[in-house]
Amino acid sequence: MTLPGYPEAAPLAGLAGGVLIGLAAALMLLALGRIAGVSGLAAKAVGLGGSGIARSGAWMFVLGLPLGALIVMLASGGLQASFASPVTLAIAGVLVGMGTRLGSGCTSGHGVCGVSRLSTRSIVATVTFMAAGIATVAAMNALGLEVL
Amino acid sequence: MRTAITSLAVGTLFGAGLALGGMTDPARVRGFLDLFGNWDPTLAFVMGGAVLVMAIAWRLVPRMAEPLIADEFHVPTKSDLSPRLIGGAALFGIGWGIAGLCPGPGIAALAIEPASAAVFVIALLAGMAAVKIFEGKSA
Repeated sequence: MTLPGYPEAAPLAGLAGGVLIGLAAALMLLALGRIAGVSGLAAKAVGLGGSGIARSGAWMFVLGLPLGALIVMLASGGLQASFASPVTLAIAGVLVGMGTRLGSGCTSGHGVCGVSRLSTRSIVATVTFMAAGIATVAAMNALGLEVL
Repeated sequence: MRTAITSLAVGTLFGAGLALGGMTDPARVRGFLDLFGNWDPTLAFVMGGAVLVMAIAWRLVPRMAEPLIADEFHVPTKSDLSPRLIGGAALFGIGWGIAGLCPGPGIAALAIEPASAAVFVIALLAGMAAVKIFEGKSA
C-alpha cells in the first residue's frame, strides 16, 4: 500500500513495526517495570551510566536489537539500507551519543515511552529533536550536502 | 535469569519492529526529516503504532501492584525543563538528521550493514563517554 502523493511511504509496514516496538516497550514496562530507552540501556551495558536494570539485562536487550533485525532480514529476503560515509557516521554518532546522555533519552525513551505517558519533559524533548532533525536535513539540502 | 531472558525478548521484538518499519534504513528516516523536500511519512506510522500500544500499557500500570517479574515500577520522576534537556535533545536531533540514525536503529543495523553501523555505534559510545568524562570533572 502507498499513500497518495508519497510513493516512498510504507504506512502498513511502518504501523506493524511500530506495534512491535510498542509491544516490546510494553513487555519491558509490565514485566520488568522499566522504560525501554535504547540510549540508557546501551550506556548501562557498557558501564557509562544509565539506571535501573541489571547490567546483564541491559546487554541482553542490546544484543536482541540486531538479532530482531536479522530475523526480519532473513524472513523478508533482505532489507534495503543506505548509509552515510564513515566520517559522516562518526560525526553523527558522537552528536547522538552526547545528545542522548545530556537530554536523558532518545527516540525510544522520550519519543515512545515518554510521549505515551504524556510526560512534559519527553514531549518537549521529542518536539526539540524532531525540529532539530528537520532543520538539519533542510539546511544540508540547502547547502547541497548529500550524505546518502 | 528471567530478567535476562525477558530483556533479550524485549530487545529482539524491538529490533524486529525497527527493521519491519523500515527504521534501519537511514534513507527512510532522513526522508521523514526531509519535511520540506521529498517527505516520507513512514516514521510517523511507526511512532504512532508504538505510542498507541504503550499508551494502553501505561493504563495497566496503576492496576498492577508490581511488575510481573520485578519488585517495583521505576518510572522517571523528573519534571524540570532544563537547558540540559533541551540542549541535549537539540544536539541529538542534529546528529539524527545528519546520518538518519538514532541509537536503536544504529545498533540493530549491526546485523544489516555491520561496518557502517559499527562506526556509528562506536562514535555513539564515544559521545556518551565524553559526557561522562566532562561531567565527572565538573562535578
